[in-house]
Amino acid sequence: MVLSHAASDSDISVHSTFASRYVRTSLPRFRMPENSIPKEAAYQIINDELMLDGNPRLNLASFVTTWMEPECDKLIMSSINKNYVDMDEYPVTTELQNRCVNMIAHLFNAPLGETETAVGVGTVGSSEAIMLAGLAFKRKWQNKRRAEGKPFDKPNIVTGANVQVCWEKFARYFEVELKEVKLREGYYVMDPEQAVEMVDENTICVAAILGSTLNGEFEDVKLLNDLLVLKNKETGLDVPIHVDAASGGFIAPFIYPELEWDFRLPQVKSINVSGHKYGLVYAGIGWVVWRNKEDLPDELIFHINYLGADQPTFTLNFSKGSSQVIAQYYQLIRLGHEGYRNVMENCRENMIVLREGLEKTGRFNIVSKDEGIPLVAFSLKDNSSHTEFEISEMLRRYGWIVPAYTMPANAEHITVLRVVIREDFSRTLAERLVMDIEKVMHELDELPSRVIHKISLGELKSEDNGDNMVVTVKKSDIEKPKEINVKKKTDKPIFC
Amino acid sequence: MVLSKTASESDVSVHSTFASRYVRTSLPRFEMPENSIPKEAAYQIINDELMLDGNPRLNLASFVTTWMEPECDKLMMESINKNYVDMDEYPVTTELQNRCVNMIARLFNAPLGDGEAAVGVGTVGSSEAIMLAGLAFKRQWQNKRKAQGLPYDKPNIVTGANVQVCWEKFARYFEVELKEVKLREGYYVMDPEKAVEMVDENTICVAAILGSTLTGEFEDVKLLNDLLVEKNKETGWDTGIHVDAASGGFIAPFLYPELEWDFRLPLVKSINVSGHKYGLVYAGIGWVVWRTKSDLPDELIFHINYLGADQPTFTLNFSKGSSQVIAQYYQLIRLGFEGYRNVMDNCRENMMVLRQGLEKTGRFNIVSKEDGVPLVAFSLKDSSRHDEFEVAETLRRFGWIVPAYTMPADAQHVTVLRVVIREDFSRTLAERLVADFEKVLHELDTLPARVQAKMANGNANGVKKTEEETTREVTAYWKKFVEAKKSNKNRIC
Repeated sequence: MVLSHAASDSDISVHSTFASRYVRTSLPRFRMPENSIPKEAAYQIINDELMLDGNPRLNLASFVTTWMEPECDKLIMSSINKNYVDMDEYPVTTELQNRCVNMIAHLFNAPLGETETAVGVGTVGSSEAIMLAGLAFKRKWQNKRRAEGKPFDKPNIVTGANVQVCWEKFARYFEVELKEVKLREGYYVMDPEQAVEMVDENTICVAAILGSTLNGEFEDVKLLNDLLVLKNKETGLDVPIHVDAASGGFIAPFIYPELEWDFRLPQVKSINVSGHKYGLVYAGIGWVVWRNKEDLPDELIFHINYLGADQPTFTLNFSKGSSQVIAQYYQLIRLGHEGYRNVMENCRENMIVLREGLEKTGRFNIVSKDEGIPLVAFSLKDNSSHTEFEISEMLRRYGWIVPAYTMPANAEHITVLRVVIREDFSRTLAERLVMDIEKVMHELDELPSRVIHKISLGELKSEDNGDNMVVTVKKSDIEKPKEINVKKKTDKPIFC
Repeated sequence: MVLSKTASESDVSVHSTFASRYVRTSLPRFEMPENSIPKEAAYQIINDELMLDGNPRLNLASFVTTWMEPECDKLMMESINKNYVDMDEYPVTTELQNRCVNMIARLFNAPLGDGEAAVGVGTVGSSEAIMLAGLAFKRQWQNKRKAQGLPYDKPNIVTGANVQVCWEKFARYFEVELKEVKLREGYYVMDPEKAVEMVDENTICVAAILGSTLTGEFEDVKLLNDLLVEKNKETGWDTGIHVDAASGGFIAPFLYPELEWDFRLPLVKSINVSGHKYGLVYAGIGWVVWRTKSDLPDELIFHINYLGADQPTFTLNFSKGSSQVIAQYYQLIRLGFEGYRNVMDNCRENMMVLRQGLEKTGRFNIVSKEDGVPLVAFSLKDSSRHDEFEVAETLRRFGWIVPAYTMPADAQHVTVLRVVIREDFSRTLAERLVADFEKVLHELDTLPARVQAKMANGNANGVKKTEEETTREVTAYWKKFVEAKKSNKNRIC
């Protein structure tokens, strides 16, 4: 006697994923589901939702590496189950980290002897690296002030207003005052003279950036060093420099080797660099190196027993994956000086192609310089009818993610679009991007102007802008902001 | 005219890696090489060196997950080039994190309404999670003291001496005093009564551990809560509790659902759990959740503009991979309650198998309890001739990595071996491990006693000899022993 089964009762494993009931049920968002589901269904459902994320390689907003060779991918996958912190169990992985630290310290001209080991550590990114470096400066300064019998409760750090948000985090979480040198129109990095003026007895260090986030410029660390040496002489202080070379640390040594910004300058005591930016590794690896042992107070270091020998560690994170450390070592030996130089030169070439393409449209001012990080920051010559934010929005439809930002104080009226040239951004893509930007400009020219209230940022201004009045009504988080266009009658025809 | 080339000048791509010159040169260790090498050579050289690392799955020292399903590996590899912090570019990945936070908060019985969003964040591990939680407590306490016009320069935190090193890091880096409740022989967790006694006006919180690193024990958070409620009533303070559920957070809800340790207790304000331990994800993911918004001071939160809406963030790390967040979500929906329960039940079963196997040898005292994190911590009944460190060392030859530790103050004279039962430690492996332990004990029995200087970790009870002296001494013993053997038996090659 054959009993007919209802489809949903047949053995699950018979059904292809899209034939099964799993694609008919809504996934819980707030609570763990009670039952398990087959792994194929779990994979498919998540994979499909993730299709709606942006394409990492078209994400021109980020400095962070989005492509590595398949051989490296293979190494990464095979070490994905190694917990980096188990130094005793994975001695080779630990040694690879030590080799990377040494190579990077030498790259930055740390004053080390032939076989002397460098002082430094691998981190999860430049944020952790900066916090460690800042912590070292803070502790050194506190110890010195305590020894001198002076108050040590109000440490501060001097940086430019162009600093990346991790410096603000460091200041807020570790209770250090952030003294920012304001920018001005046309000068978007920290002014060394103003910085040195702001230094006082409570300054734990001055932080310079090699590769400003906003326009890729290298700050003049040499000038800062020289001015600071003078000030130190006058005041008897010993204020040091930290160089945030998150982006620039893997660029300057290869295409600007004569530029003095690293340990060649005596006041530079620590440097951080992101392995996952121009170190050419996927997200999740940074490095910090100190000039020498004295610059890292011993009381901050935890000594772990490692194979019977002492392995000093100084990190905020403990357990983490090993893959990125191994990938960094892969890149350092696979490419060598020659390879990195070639990659950086290619980036620079393609940056110039993009820059010239944009200049040729006649519609943009180029805000970034040719030297520095290979990126192009540009703003509209005329942003009265359409803004950079609208261009950014429309480019998304073509697949490109190009962010638009306003400058920090005191240049908030300037808005720029920024395209970062990474290793995997070829000339073909650069030319295609120029074409797509031209298409976008053409489209926008035909549209009536919107309110300049930065819809994509969700700010709630409503403005009366000449011919148009637009009011944005933002209800709740769930409802999208509604826009009511109220156009006054004009002489021009209206295109739909 | 054919010119013969020497091998090293032929087109490199012709040579197989092991035929090329790249395996003949020594890799630099201190400086970057000048030239590039082919990717195949780079891969092979690194891969080969890494063969000498331990096998992660035989690393019985670690709680951290060492195996995931191939489907999940696939998802991870596909998202390896996504920088998690680019929330605007990867909105789905960000939403997956938010879903995980909500699921975990509800797993811990956070007092949330049906569609109410939980307060929490994904981190790189419990270290970051604990630092964030500690920072929140510190700032809350400072604000309160400032408002009361009282001094706020000497914050302290009360924990047991059994805390994991990240609490010491938190204390040292964020300038908070660590007040540790000492252990004693036979009692290897924080005593709630002693802890509450140590609480004073400068205490920012009391940290309890659900799943002590040393013995896997769950601390009695309920008792701590009740005692602290009384103390708060007497003193007028409002000291809160943080539960470090790094290991236990993904075990207790499934194996011990009636155990009250989470937000069901009113003084528990924040909880951290490691996604990469019993959350069953590879290394690199942790979670911290707060009871309510008011437990996380707004001044610590950075507000990032995300798709026109506000995405509050509170992390120490910025750029990092997205793979582990996606993998955590995969596990939560793939397994569900049922699946996690099954895995934890299996771990507990296999833990019992190992425990009973070790007890049957008659040579060990079991220090760990049956309830708690599935692990077996045990010490030698008689460690006068050979100690636990030698057992650990000898076991390495069989491939197993089983660590030996001394207990912290005040039980430093106790040494334990500890085996952690993870998801991928099957019964077959447990039985094999017992068999190998027996072999090791048998070997050690036939060896003469070594110096009591604990060479493995460099602690010396008496005079600390140099490495050379100790080695010589051991070699001398071996020589005598081997000679004695030779004289009794026929020589067999």
